[in-house]
Amino acid sequence: MRMFIGILICSILTENFVLAKFLGICPFLGVSKKLNTAAGMSIAVTFVMVLATAVTYPLFAYLLVPNGLDYLQTLVFILVIAALVQLVEIILKKFIPPLYEALGIYLPLITTNCAVLGVTILNFTKEYTYAQSIVNSLGSGLGFMLAMILFAGVRERLDSCDCPKFLKGLPITLIAAAIVSLSFTGFSGLADRFF
Amino acid sequence: MSRPLNEIKKGFILENPVFRLMLGTCPSLALTSSASNAIGMGLAATAVLICSNLVISLLRKLIPVKVRIPAYITIIAGFVSVVQLIVKAYLPALDASLGIYLPLITVNCIILGRAEAFAAKNTPFISVCDGLDMGIGFTAALLIMGSIRELIGAGTLFGNTVFPESFAISIFVLPAGGFFVYGLLIALTNLLAEKAGKKPITSLGCKGCPSKAFCKKAECDGGDEK
Repeated sequence: MRMFIGILICSILTENFVLAKFLGICPFLGVSKKLNTAAGMSIAVTFVMVLATAVTYPLFAYLLVPNGLDYLQTLVFILVIAALVQLVEIILKKFIPPLYEALGIYLPLITTNCAVLGVTILNFTKEYTYAQSIVNSLGSGLGFMLAMILFAGVRERLDSCDCPKFLKGLPITLIAAAIVSLSFTGFSGLADRFF
Repeated sequence: MSRPLNEIKKGFILENPVFRLMLGTCPSLALTSSASNAIGMGLAATAVLICSNLVISLLRKLIPVKVRIPAYITIIAGFVSVVQLIVKAYLPALDASLGIYLPLITVNCIILGRAEAFAAKNTPFISVCDGLDMGIGFTAALLIMGSIRELIGAGTLFGNTVFPESFAISIFVLPAGGFFVYGLLIALTNLLAEKAGKKPITSLGCKGCPSKAFCKKAECDGGDEK
């Protein structure tokens, strides 16, 4: 149990996917202009992260490794994620239309999101068990959501700020991201006692 | 013969993938805490980019339009696995420092973006030139960022001490420093671009991104102005 709490704290705060690991920067900067878009995108990402881990973990551990095919990891994982996203889109459209309305537009963006492929590979480099991997994916997704929502708030203020002309737009956004990231550095060491 | 030359000039200066097209932001931020990491990442991505551009350009008439993105991703992932195995076998130290970002070249939007925007429409030779030149532009941009961050953040350059560490500002090698240096470098390129009569970059590089249509849709539909 302690381990699970440790993994959660680690993946949400100390090793935040966006602000410490730089995964998923495109949606972080591209879809964070409004709070509801940021929330929708991050819910979709969290959902796909957990699902992708649930599928890729047994596939890798029980099919690829016993057959000595572990070098196919990247190729298999990205194809599984691409197929999974398509499948989720079809299932949601057919059976849960309201959820599709809310998340459907974000799903095609997720296939090429490095955070999803990143978390499935990280689970193996960190040698997590199946349950730990699921918790780690959930935490990474929640960490992504936290960063997105926090930053959406910052962005809304940035729009009305009076900054030098040459910093307008992307440069000032990145500098603001640096400050948000710096504040997350303060969490370092928080999860150590759980391991 | 001037076409390949023009291509090279384009990727290096006019359309630098990192500073002008704003692609591949994840590795540019994550692997520039030291100059040697930056070069390793840049060269690995260049190798994948050249190979995938060549193969995609050769197959451009065979791949159906509807399934082109999965087909491109499969080709790219194949080459990434090859590069991954080579690096693991011959450069284990580089493999350790690139870590998870090496397999993640698969979803680097420079590579997919160039496949979609260039290799799918051009002949193999020109596509290889484009790959080479975008790759050099990417490596150069990473090297600039990596050198700045390593020099200010740790007082070293390629691991050689330049000034004592007690003078270094260690925040520059932290993740926050990555965002900060990147922001300042874009501001600088914007200034230079403005002097040269080009438009400054104010938003993320969606022009070369394969999923720009979805992103735009998400921004509009998800926002409140429906």
